[in-house]
Amino acid sequence: MPFIPHTEEDVAEMLTSIGARSIDELFDEIPAELKTGKLTQVPPGLSEMEISRLMYERAQQDGFYLSFIGAGAYEHHIPAAVWQITTRGEFYSSYTPYQAEASQGTLQLLYEYQTMMASLAGMDVSNASLYDGASALAEAALMAVRQHRTSRRILVPQTVHPVYRSVMRTIVRNQAIEVVEVPYDPATGQVAIDKLDQFAQEEFAALIIPQPNFFGVLEQVDALTDWAHDKQSLAVAVVNPTSLAMLKPPGEWGRRGADIAVGEGQPLGIPLSSGGPYFGFMTCKQELVRQMPGRIIGRTTDLEGKEGFALTLQAREQHIRRSKATSNICTNQGLMVTAATIYMSLLGPEGLYRVAAHSHANTVALVEQLEKLPGVKKAFHSPFFHEAALQLSVPADKVLNRLKAQGVLGGVLLENHYPDLKNTLLVCATETKTAEDLDKYTEVLRQALAASA
Amino acid sequence: MLIFEHSRKNRRNYSQAPATRPAKNNIPDHLKRKSTPLLPEVSEMDTVRHYTRLSQKNFSIDTEFYPLGSCTMKYNPRACNSLAMLPQFLSRHPLAPEDTGQGFLACMYELQEILKDITGMAAVSLTSMAGAQGELIGITMIRAYHEAHGDTGRTEIIIPDAAHGTNPATAVMCGYKVIEIPTNRDGDVDMDALKAAVGPKTAGLMLTNPSTLGVFEKKVAEMSRIVHAAGGLLYYDGANLNAVLGKVKPGDMGFDVIHMNLHKTFSTPHGGGGPGAAPVGVAERLLPYLPVPIVAHEQGVYRWLTEEDRPQTIGRLSAHMGNAGVLLRAYIYVRLLGAEGMHRISEYATLNANYLMAELRKLGFEIAYPNRRASHEFIVTMKEIKDRTGVTAMNLAKRLLDKGFHAPTTYFPLLVPECLLIEPAETESKETLDRFVAAMKEILDEIATQPDMVKAAPHDMPLRKIDDVKAARELDLVWDPAG
Ligand SMILES: Cc1ncc(COP(=O)(O)O)c(C=O)c1O
Repeated sequence: MPFIPHTEEDVAEMLTSIGARSIDELFDEIPAELKTGKLTQVPPGLSEMEISRLMYERAQQDGFYLSFIGAGAYEHHIPAAVWQITTRGEFYSSYTPYQAEASQGTLQLLYEYQTMMASLAGMDVSNASLYDGASALAEAALMAVRQHRTSRRILVPQTVHPVYRSVMRTIVRNQAIEVVEVPYDPATGQVAIDKLDQFAQEEFAALIIPQPNFFGVLEQVDALTDWAHDKQSLAVAVVNPTSLAMLKPPGEWGRRGADIAVGEGQPLGIPLSSGGPYFGFMTCKQELVRQMPGRIIGRTTDLEGKEGFALTLQAREQHIRRSKATSNICTNQGLMVTAATIYMSLLGPEGLYRVAAHSHANTVALVEQLEKLPGVKKAFHSPFFHEAALQLSVPADKVLNRLKAQGVLGGVLLENHYPDLKNTLLVCATETKTAEDLDKYTEVLRQALAASA
Repeated sequence: MLIFEHSRKNRRNYSQAPATRPAKNNIPDHLKRKSTPLLPEVSEMDTVRHYTRLSQKNFSIDTEFYPLGSCTMKYNPRACNSLAMLPQFLSRHPLAPEDTGQGFLACMYELQEILKDITGMAAVSLTSMAGAQGELIGITMIRAYHEAHGDTGRTEIIIPDAAHGTNPATAVMCGYKVIEIPTNRDGDVDMDALKAAVGPKTAGLMLTNPSTLGVFEKKVAEMSRIVHAAGGLLYYDGANLNAVLGKVKPGDMGFDVIHMNLHKTFSTPHGGGGPGAAPVGVAERLLPYLPVPIVAHEQGVYRWLTEEDRPQTIGRLSAHMGNAGVLLRAYIYVRLLGAEGMHRISEYATLNANYLMAELRKLGFEIAYPNRRASHEFIVTMKEIKDRTGVTAMNLAKRLLDKGFHAPTTYFPLLVPECLLIEPAETESKETLDRFVAAMKEILDEIATQPDMVKAAPHDMPLRKIDDVKAARELDLVWDPAG
């Protein structure tokens, strides 16, 4: 029996000890009318060899592409050591570190992670992860409302990832929290401060500030942070962790720094894997720590004064506070944080800077090359990090299909989320792209444009 | 020692990052970072040694028996991991076109169909990333259903006191008031209390069955009738599905919406706290509200259903489609076990639990619900022992660590004093259970002869008992190089 070690003798002895005649008898408290007949849609079991063959075939069917897609999930080199260590059974198959003495490995790692993440964001503290970037933003909005006390409204620019906005709406709507959207400036692709001014007289619990924003564009984060603080709103940053090696961290934005910084942790050593598992990170100022959702690890000592680590501030959490918890989150994305911590250790500050700087430089180079093609222009005239919006003179969906036929995934169409941005591609070239890759993209795009003209 | 304490300025791993800084940099000066983030500067070997050593400080399923109640700590087959990590799966971008992901989508579609069959529900969405998020989805759908029917006076969710903390936390997060109902002496929900609690304000009931008390709620069909008659809907917390897999379908028990924890029942790893995956199944009446994306199979092609296909959907709960890699592991697991394997899981999980319960009872441990069958787990209460000797459930838990066993779940459910919730899982052999019983006997003897020693446990772990009061009082959440 797969993964069940019992011999017939074991079963007989165990039943004797229980005083039951059969295993079936152990289910005698289940009312007969509820007992199920058969599972009809579950196929018969396969051996490891058979399932391996099936999965290899399915993987092969999906193949490999030269991808220039970003839009919230980014291809970066992942050192081999990251997942070899992460999938060690002691990390992979352990539970949440509730029994501190039996979980010092995971606990210390999480403390190190909290230190790295908080420092990267320029914030005081970090939790031990949330589900993903989108749900982290929703939790930040709830946290801001709890902290603010009088306003139940969140101001969010349309330059924030559209799906993050949608997830946030789904979650906060339950608590009658209103999400108000601020349009972007069609010339710069940024939230223009003058567009914000129509909200100057209204009260908001928080302003969400993306950096870089969904278009890859860099926002005027200092001015936005100060705008929020001037009207007693919290400033909530949504940031890309790779970019933080290069860009001013949220904790240093404006006069006082952002209050909460969240984002998608995937770029830190997590494979793209069709969308997950990734992890959401959340960092904040010290004074907000008791409003934070999710697990937090503290350094302490044992009875004899030896350094040790434990889950702390658990009175915020559902298993202690039940209906009064800051969030319902229990299981988080622990193993992903394990990978991210090892990734950050292997790269160090200079390595992560170079990954960020090369991603930036590659995208700048790609945009320069592509802009020289007839029928391609930048959608926005603003500095960008490692992603840019390019407007085509021909139907962009057809172009993408032609690129795909050449083995190139050329980006995502912005029109799906931004109806005004017709035939506009969002493209990204991380440090994984070589000069030849950029040339290849340029050449296949040239051909595709010519064929579509 | 912390990784930062191994750090030396300018030590680098030359093969892991680009060899130089690039020439091009168009970031405006006022947006540039001026400070250096506190990341360690260590060699690859230092990193590998440090984290390998840390891993060795963990208990895990791969190294110890881990009978943690309500958590289903069963063996995580290695094949599930290695096949889910095939390079094509790992490198696939979530926004890559559907026709470049038909292999992956086929697995997701089949998993949906399999889970529908196992749960007896009309449709399944895979998007939820953990049990608590599944609960949030379920209660949000219940709200959407009532709102769509103009039924806006329903402001309460009824939850038995034995429920997991995520249940009441979810109800409140969804804007509901929690009405807690008690459990009777046999471990079943108090039916009179339920009848008194339901009414025009009832939006729904959240129920775990078998409950976290380790017993099957026998009157579940009647509960379903009572709640439905009052206009409420029923939520099934499927965290304990391992106990009834292939035996009972939540759909047949009358539930309108359920989540199942694949990181329990389908053996995806717990990973030191996550990630999980908790697909949500619905009955017909909630189908329009199911979160997107959902995989459809049309004319031989797999595609994602979106808001356009499902205009009444409650929306999205993750940036893409949830924890895809976890779902792949669950798919591989269910294909390895097959239909017969599903039945066997619940049979042997139940056999192990009832055997362990019988053996511990023979040693003199008090079983919280002695007249009931154990489901896949059961509760020992240390109340009498504590009153007599001062030794608590937590003391016993720590002493078990000394003996090389992970502790059962302690102090949950809260309504049983000094409780140990014990779940052996089907993948453990009789010998392992017998070794555990022997360790429990040793501890009983130690409680009789040297209770103070037991109270001071652990003794043989790398650390003595951790001071968590100090951890909360003198908050130290990030390392400060200045000390
Ligand atoms: C009964 C029960 N319900 C809900 C949950 C929450 O699930 P998760 O931790 O995946 O959010 C758990 C698990 O911890 C549980 O045991």
